[in-house]
Amino acid sequence: MYWVRGFKIVFEKFMNDIYRHQNEPWWVRRASGIDQVVRYAGVLSILFGVVVLVVLFGQALIEGFPRLQLEFFTSFPSRIASQAGILSAWVGTIWVIVLCALMAVPLGVMTALYLEEYSSRHLLSRILEINIANLAGVPSIIYGLLGLGLFVRLLALGRSVLAGAGTLALLILPIVILATREALRAVPHSLREGSYALGASRWQTIWHQVLPAAFPSILTGIILAVSRAVGETAPLIMIGALTYIAFLPQSVRDPFTVLPIQVFNWVSRPQQAFTANAAAGVVVLLGITLTINAVAIWLRHRYQQKI
Amino acid sequence: MLAKDAVYARRVGEYAIEVLIKLAAFSSIVITIGIIAVLMTETIRFFQEVSVWEFLTGREWTPLFSNKKFGVLPLFAGTAITSGIAMIVALPLGLMSAIYLSEYARERVRSILKPILEILAAVPTVVYGYFALQLVTPLLQRLIPSLSGFNALSPGIVMGIMILPIISSLSEDALRAVPHSLREGSYALGASRWQMVFSVAVPAAFSGITSAFLLGVSRAIGETMIVAIAAGLQPRLTLNPLVPIETVTSYIVQVSMGDTPTDSLEYRTIFAVGMTLFLGAFMFNVLGAWLQNRFREIYE
Repeated sequence: MYWVRGFKIVFEKFMNDIYRHQNEPWWVRRASGIDQVVRYAGVLSILFGVVVLVVLFGQALIEGFPRLQLEFFTSFPSRIASQAGILSAWVGTIWVIVLCALMAVPLGVMTALYLEEYSSRHLLSRILEINIANLAGVPSIIYGLLGLGLFVRLLALGRSVLAGAGTLALLILPIVILATREALRAVPHSLREGSYALGASRWQTIWHQVLPAAFPSILTGIILAVSRAVGETAPLIMIGALTYIAFLPQSVRDPFTVLPIQVFNWVSRPQQAFTANAAAGVVVLLGITLTINAVAIWLRHRYQQKI
Repeated sequence: MLAKDAVYARRVGEYAIEVLIKLAAFSSIVITIGIIAVLMTETIRFFQEVSVWEFLTGREWTPLFSNKKFGVLPLFAGTAITSGIAMIVALPLGLMSAIYLSEYARERVRSILKPILEILAAVPTVVYGYFALQLVTPLLQRLIPSLSGFNALSPGIVMGIMILPIISSLSEDALRAVPHSLREGSYALGASRWQMVFSVAVPAAFSGITSAFLLGVSRAIGETMIVAIAAGLQPRLTLNPLVPIETVTSYIVQVSMGDTPTDSLEYRTIFAVGMTLFLGAFMFNVLGAWLQNRFREIYE
């Protein structure tokens, strides 16, 4: 049994670490022993999360693997579990996310530009800052209630792609603003001063110097915000994204469903057959969000090295 | 003349852009007003029919039955117990991770482990819900045979895993803000590393760690999908984690999934409980932010 031997080696190394200072006086021995315990407790705490993630992905993969065929991606949901697919779900997700980004990104970047480049530190910008920080902490389901009251009923958009995208845009707006501000703050002041010294106006400085310099960080923030929007379920349930959609949205006024809602629908069914569908959906959803996050982390890493 | 026109056009353009950006900046205020207005109008209409006292002290929550009772306490109990379990899981693990990353890990190890931990926060909550229902509950049932299929324990634990990265990264920020002179002073007095950590670094970062805890609580009480999937939908005034319960958030989901007619009293309940949720999360956020700023002021 190789793993037993592996475990033994790790265990011996751990005990060695603890008793490394055997010839020292007792207080040194005790101190370094406890230090090792604290260190390993820290490592184990982090590994615990990682193990959970691996087990989760592995279990979903085993459970859902038989369903991960091409037909799963090209069929509509169905009453018969083995024929059901996620076509309307992933198409709906793309519709909603693209529209949501089109709304949230310009608005968020402009707000951040105001706070960092235009406003002088007045009471007003301080209020804005506090307000945005608080908005970032509002539970996502409250944004669902807002979307329901504002888009579905007041603006009479109904349970449409547009209402869903609008709701998610409100949800990720604070994230986009906070990330963009951070990115703008990291641009050195000398760059702006150089630009002004050459006679550029404020907007020319922003457009030709500040934004290009901050672009990779802003992009990282936007990618992370979009990843959040891809996984959101509760607010879209609130505005009434349906779970059974056997057609593709043709315009922004059509009803829709998204991947997480389809997964939720399958998870909540008691039949075993649908659990496999849920697992396959979980694999797809996890695959998408983990890929998006990996891209963002890679982008950040690459950019950090450049500076 | 032409040059002058160009300068003029440029000035107008600059001005237009500035106005546009200012307008955009106020969108966040509009959103806040929107949230409060939507919640307020429906909540006021709800309280015209149900007394505030009955709502806040009633022990039964049955708005969807024919015998309607509007006591929100069972929902509060559900939220309290799942969030409580989540914090019991997340706080020690998050704090230990933060101590390791900030005080023990080498820079290279840290730069690898930290993004991995952050990925836990990026997993969609519906995935965590699936995890709680399909994997954690059956596992726990082997240990505790009396555990029912829907319960507060399993979603609570999974929620703790979800919150772990938040606690960890905020506590790490707090620990890193503790000046090195304090650490060196402690070493100079002969403390070993763990003695320095637990008697100097952690107490010095205490308000920051408390702030991390409060922001974690705020996330936990607002979390929806994990509890909606794995905790059951039975409002029950209990602190027993082994039986099905219903939280504030999962009640909102339950109503919006059903075919409750809009503009009915049942429908307005979700805005009333949403208001309590909003206020609760807001309170924890404000407290957390206040503590965070306080420790920053002390050391900067």
